[in-house]
This record gives sequence, structure tokens and C-alpha cells, in this order.
Amino acid sequence: MTAGPVSITLTVNGEDVAASVPPRLHLADFLREHLSLTGTHLGCEHGVCGACTVRLDGAIVRACLVLAVQADGRAVETIEGLSASGEIADLQAAFIAHNALQCGYCTPGMLIAAQDLLRRDPHPDRAAIREHLSGNYCRCTGYHAIVDAVDATARGRADGR
Amino acid sequence: MDADPLSPLDRPHSYIGRSLPRPNLARLTQGRGRYVSDLALPRMLHAAFVRAPYAHARITAIDTTAARAMPGVAAVMTAEDMAPLVTPWVGVLTHLQGLRSPPQYPLACDVVRWQGEPVVAIAAATRALAEDAAEQVIVDYAPLPPVVDAEAALAPGAVLVHPDLGDNLAYSRRIDTGAVDAALAEAAVVVGARFTFGRHTGVTLEARAIVADWDPAEARLTVHQGTQVPHMMQSVLATHLGLSEAQVRVVCRDVGGSFGIKIHVYPDEMATVAMAMRLARPVRFVADRMESFVADIHARDHIVDARIAVRADGTITAFDVDDLTGIGPYSAYPRTSAVEANQVINLIGGPYGHANYRARARVVFQTKTMMSQYRAVGHPIAATVTETLVDLAARRLDLDPFEMRRRNLIADDAYPATSPTGLRFEGLSHHAAHARLRDMMGYDGLRAEQAALRARGVHRGIGIASFIEITNPGPAFYGVGGARISAQDGAVVRLDASGSVVVQASVTEQGQGTEAVLAQVAATALGIEPARVRVQLGDTDAVPYGGGTWASRAAAIGGEATWQASVALRANILALAGSMLQAAPETLDLRGGAVVDAADGRERMTLPELARIAYFRQDTLPRGVQPELIAARHYVPRDYPFAFTNGVQASLLEVDVETGFIRLLRHWVVEDCGTPINPMLVDEQVRGGVVQGLGAALFEHCRYDAEGNLQTTTMADYLVPMAGEMPDIEVAHVSTPTAESALGAKGAGEAGTAAAAAAVLNAVNDALAPFGVTITELPITPEVVLRALGRG
Repeated sequence: MTAGPVSITLTVNGEDVAASVPPRLHLADFLREHLSLTGTHLGCEHGVCGACTVRLDGAIVRACLVLAVQADGRAVETIEGLSASGEIADLQAAFIAHNALQCGYCTPGMLIAAQDLLRRDPHPDRAAIREHLSGNYCRCTGYHAIVDAVDATARGRADGR
Repeated sequence: MDADPLSPLDRPHSYIGRSLPRPNLARLTQGRGRYVSDLALPRMLHAAFVRAPYAHARITAIDTTAARAMPGVAAVMTAEDMAPLVTPWVGVLTHLQGLRSPPQYPLACDVVRWQGEPVVAIAAATRALAEDAAEQVIVDYAPLPPVVDAEAALAPGAVLVHPDLGDNLAYSRRIDTGAVDAALAEAAVVVGARFTFGRHTGVTLEARAIVADWDPAEARLTVHQGTQVPHMMQSVLATHLGLSEAQVRVVCRDVGGSFGIKIHVYPDEMATVAMAMRLARPVRFVADRMESFVADIHARDHIVDARIAVRADGTITAFDVDDLTGIGPYSAYPRTSAVEANQVINLIGGPYGHANYRARARVVFQTKTMMSQYRAVGHPIAATVTETLVDLAARRLDLDPFEMRRRNLIADDAYPATSPTGLRFEGLSHHAAHARLRDMMGYDGLRAEQAALRARGVHRGIGIASFIEITNPGPAFYGVGGARISAQDGAVVRLDASGSVVVQASVTEQGQGTEAVLAQVAATALGIEPARVRVQLGDTDAVPYGGGTWASRAAAIGGEATWQASVALRANILALAGSMLQAAPETLDLRGGAVVDAADGRERMTLPELARIAYFRQDTLPRGVQPELIAARHYVPRDYPFAFTNGVQASLLEVDVETGFIRLLRHWVVEDCGTPINPMLVDEQVRGGVVQGLGAALFEHCRYDAEGNLQTTTMADYLVPMAGEMPDIEVAHVSTPTAESALGAKGAGEAGTAAAAAAVLNAVNDALAPFGVTITELPITPEVVLRALGRG
């Protein structure tokens, strides 16, 4: 059975958030059900599919494997925040141009994982892109166009576009 | 001399055949999708289920007292509570003669027949509370012997899944064109094998999701559902909940993947709707991943014994096939669970010109998760059996796989043609597709490289697989069998007061690009930019009646309806413009968002100006002129039962004979879907389909133990293809448009899945040829490879 609620304060996409949450609540459910940030998706709640990928203090994590109480005092960034800041606008445009999504359910997690790669390695080859995205499941596209889009973004950034 | 006249599709600024980005992607990349699992309505409750822990057991007692008493729990319901609310359903169709299946209920009554069957339904304030309550429900079971193996299920004395039926055979069908025994006797080569296909499932990233909302004041049910078939569900819900169809609205916005999983009626979803009606509060059910594995439709669990008869010159003369499949305890509603086996025996040998064919299909009940349609129904099994046998025969005759196929594929100039099983082909392009594939993959170079590497102990394989795909089904698919599953689709196209266009259509968007395709079609007919066309789908209150998305039909059938409606609207616009401009309508055209002179393209009036007058200044129009800036059309193919497409795939891979691991290196596809409306979308459909086929070839398997317990209920156990294991996939097209429609488009949604596994299996067997072994089992796990090599 459930323990009593716990008070937490954190920043989500730069905004201060204070909440009282059950200890068992995972971060993805907190974002989706408590903050209505439904761009963070749930595919397996098991840490395998990558749909719930968010940033926690700058590092990408599976929001289904982090409890909301573990985010206390920390900074969470979701697809909504990364979209609003414009940080991944070129990557999003490349996904659209290359049709690197169909149903779009994996896309927020895929974008956040791809941006994580491009921050670490600005010039990844196709194998490196595939390797880094191997924790993000897409049932629709066959991955080829996703690799194309990430590759094109890397080249565009290298060219200063 | 005049230039060639433009065809209706090849107008100035045509968007047919152009790779335009989809209009609905920006919001999906920003996390602004509107999926059912995101939807929260006021006072909404959350459903969870107590599911059967046994494959087969009698329910002896259910105690819900403790669960009902928990705070936040609104309802705890059993089969008995459901009985007054929901009538049972039966998954049979009259044209599948002899198919039988007992009534199925939203919650198990007395006996559970698969592990995961819902037994008790709970609605509570949160999903977590509903799951807490589920843990407090006590169900007592008396276990019964499971029926796991499909062959054993037919043996004399087998335990019966449904004792009233007398045996476990749900359906059987035979095809015999007559002279198969003679062909086998006269053949220079007869090769045969037993093929086994592992069960797999759709693993849509967004699980099945439904929010049911009953308004007792209006006596109206609104169901938000991730579905491919809103109108079919409207009919099903009305029928089984005692409502009229007018009382039921089904709404489907974004869907996180479907692949055929979301065209079936599921007990847990029906129970969710019933709870919403009982409680008069919205209830949401979103399956978790484990529920998806145990309760989503499975597919492909087949054993096929098959042989091929071939003359000394390589001519195929006959196929002889026996297919056995286990479908779980019920035939799925309303499309049945007999269609896959039916398609397997219809499609085997499909690309080839043999004259003789004999087949038997048997469909049996067992105590596993239900099986039914999933992407490329039956096609991967038919292609794998056919293409493996063709390669084995070629090897016996020392013929190259391409040459063996060249000698047997139906000639490109032989159409229309009819297969020995009665399939009617309007026009296919096997030989052109093979020539294109051979060229694109650099076949001769790959063979030389393979030989060189083999000498160094590196075992590469090259596999070819031809296929045909059933697309654009007409009413012969379901309608004739009595199902309220429409084969036609409708489109309403209107010019609004700002001069923009709105399309409402009955086909649905699952991410394949329906909105983009319909916008391109309407924009082409109406001479405007696709960005000025807004497409609305997925709401039975708003769109015309139609079948939705299944069997690779949305772009071709919904696209044609949209084309016809747009052409009709164009005529209305030009007639009105003619009266305004005092010009004959046939001297005018629509281009660049304006009415122009057809002869020289000179602009006469913009569409916003025309719309302004039509909607606000009727006083300036001649008497008797009533603007009708809206048109509706429906379309269904009538000349052929299906529009067959064709294509061929190739796989290049490497087998590590020490570990059994297979590394996919390259994959190529040439396919012919008629007119590709948006080639970029077709390519990614094909690639996505290929990857689902590659998953089936190497990884995906719903594994059961001897007691009927599903062993693969997480994504750590059931392996799906991820980016790291997948190769780049090159796609090319040959185009043989269907003459049945103005667009000439055929379906493309399942081509990739149809033959990917067959190409991989042929490549693995090609790689292992020096060892003299042949694998005929999917998935080809390392264990299977090592066992075949005698190293397991």
C-alpha cells in the first residue's frame, strides 16, 4: 500500500514547481498526470523503449525509472521545454524534412536522445547514430530516415547552419 | 505543334508524386500530439483488470469485498455484473464456410482460456489505485489442462478448449486444382520442408488506449479510441451495448502505432465502455506493456509442410501445401481469426506461373492469447514458404536464384492474369522489378565478394524474395460475410469563406501520412498549395462513413474518394466563376490559388475573392445561381476484388558460424504500388514494414512454456528491432498504375513486411550452403543457427 505523500520542489523546463507526490510515483507519471506535460510518453515503464526520455540535470534519463521524489531539488527538461527554447529546432526540422516519424509516439524521446549524441559528438557517423539511438524503439519508420535526419542535423551544425 | 495534353494528374503544379513533408509533423515533434493515452476528462476514472494467471482454469470463486471497500474505487465488476450491460460477440463470417467460435464476453465466465484473459474489471480514481484494488480481489481457480501445441490440439483425445464444439478445429479449407500428384510424379526435382513460424505481436509503442464517456442526459456515448476503424467500432459498440449507432460517437486523433492490432474488438475495452456507462463517468483504459503482450492480438503461429515440383529446365509445375495454425480460444471479432490461414494458402506461389496447386489450411483453438490480423496478414508466411522452396529447387538444379525466378515469374506482358488459386491480377511487373533490384544491389559484385570472403572463412549470404501484396480490398473481403466493415470510403471537400479547402474523410491517420496524401490530392485537383488544405479525420460525428485504415487501403481508396470529390468541387467552382466572369467554365482552370484562363494561364479571380462573393455577396450573382462550394464522393474498387501489388526484396548478411549471430548488412526493396502519391512516405512505409519483417526473421517471438504461460511479457524478453541492429534499406519503385481509379494508386503499407523475413531466411541459407544445412524456422535465433550447424 501507499506511503504518505512527500513534498518536492524542482524546476521543470526552467519553471519552479512544488508538489506533494506519492513516493511510488515515477517521474513520467508526475510529468504527464500532475503537470499535463504529455509530450513525455510511456511505452514500456521498464526502461527499454526510450519513449519517456527526458533530461535530468542535463543528462538523459528514463523518466519511468526515476521516481518523482528523486527529482527533488533538480532540473528536469522535457520535449516541451526543448521545443520552446529552440535548442533542437534544427533537429525537429530535419525530422520533418526526412519524414523521420510516422505515428510520432517515439519522437520526443528520440529527439532528446539524438540531441544528447550531438552534444557529445558533433560528427557522428551512421553507425554511431544507430548505436546511440539503440535505446529508443520506433515501430514505424525502420530507423533509416531517423539516421538520415540526425546525420543531416550534424552536417548542418558543422556548416554553421 | 501542340504540346502533349496534360493528363488530369499531370496538371501544372501537380502535387501527385511529389515527396512533400507531412503537415501534421511539427506538433508531433514538439510533444503536442493528441493521443488517447494523454486525454484527461473531468471526473475521469481509470480502469485496471484482474487477469487470469492460468492458461486454462475453472473459476470457482471471486471475492471482491475488500477491493470494493477501498477508498477511491468506484466499481469492481465481474462477468455477472457485465451481463446486463454487454451482449457477447461471435467472431465468424458467413463466407468463411464452417468457421465456428463460441460467444466471447468482456470478462471470463466460469472458465479462463488464456493467461491474461480479463476476469474482473476495476474503475478507480487513478490507475495506481485501480491496480491496488486488483491486488485485493481474490479469485479461486481450479486449473484445467492447457492446450498449447496446435498439432496436439487436433490429436484424438485432446483436451477440448470448448467441450461443446466436440473438437478443437475452428476452420479448415482445401484448394485443389486437380493435377498436383501428376506434376509431382513427372517432376525432375521435388523439394519439400516443414516450416515453423514463431508467434509475434504488434508492440505498438502507444499501447491500446480508450476513454469512454457516457452522457446520460443526452443518452450518448463518446468513445475516444486509438483505432484504425472508427465506424466499425461505432457499429460494434452500438450493437453490443444496446444503443443505436446514432447514439455512439467514436473519436480518434493521434494513434501511437496500429499495424492491424487496433482493428479488433478487445474484451478489456468493451468492459471499460460498460463501466463508463454504468458509472456515468468517463473511464480511461491504457494497457500497460505486460497487458499488451498478453492481450493484444498475436499473429503468425503457423506450421507449414510444403513441397514444390520443378522440371529439369527449372519450370515450376506445382505447389503442395499443408498449413496449421493455432489461434487461441476464440476467433477474433469481427474480422475472425481464419483470414491469416486463408491468405497463406491463397498467396503461396503467387508470383509464379505454375498451373497446379493443392493446399489445406487448418485453424485450431488453443489456450493461448488470441491470434488474428496483424500487418501483412499471411503474406510473410506465404512468401517465406514460396521463396525458400524456389531457392532450394534452384540449388538442386544449380541455377542462380535470379535465373530461377526469371524462368518462372509471370511475364510482365501476360496481364490480366489469373492464378491457379483464382487470384486475379490486373497488372504486375515482376520482371522489371527483378531487373531493377539486380542492378541496384550490384548483384554480380556481391557474389564475387561473397566467394572471396568465403575463402577467408567469412560467411556472407545473399537472399532474394519475390512477393505479391493484397491491397485495396473491395466488399468481397468482409462485407459479403455479413460484417459491418465498409469497403468504401468517403470524402467531403469544401472551399471555405477564406478560400482555403477542408477535406473530411473516413480513412484514418496512424502515422502513415494519410493527411498529407489527401491534402496533396485535393491540392492538385483544386490548383492550390497543400498547405491551404486542412484535413479532418477520425470522428464519426464529422466525417463521411467508411472503412478506415486496413489492408493497405487508406491512400488509394481514401485518396481516390478525395480526388473524385475535389474534381466535383472544382467543377462547381468553375461553373460559379464562369457565371461571375461571364466565361464558359471549360475555358477556365484553377491554378496557383486562382481561377485562370485555361489557354494562357492569365489570372481572372483569386479563390479568396470567389469565396468572398459566394459567401457574403450573393446579391451580386445572377438570379438562379446558388454557389455550392462543397462536394462529397465515395469510392470502392469494383472491377477487381483486390488490387495486387508486387515487388522483390534482397538481404545481405553475415553469419558468425561460431556464435550463431546474424549481422544484417544491407537490404533492398523494389516495389510497385502503382502511382506513388508521395514517394518519400511510400519509402518510409516500406522501410518500416521491412523492419517489422526483420524483427520476425531474427528476434520477435511470443514464447510459451508447456503450461501455456507466456514467457515474453516485457520488452527485455520480447526483442524488437532497434536502430543498432538494423541495416540501411534502399527502396526503388516500378510503377504500374491500376486502371480502376483516376489516381492509379495501389496500397503500399504491407509490402515491406511481406517478404523481408523470406529474403533473410534465403540469405542465411545461402550463407550456410557450404555446410549443407537448411533452416526453415523463424525467428532465426543464434540457437537455431547453431543447432542447424550441429553445434548447439
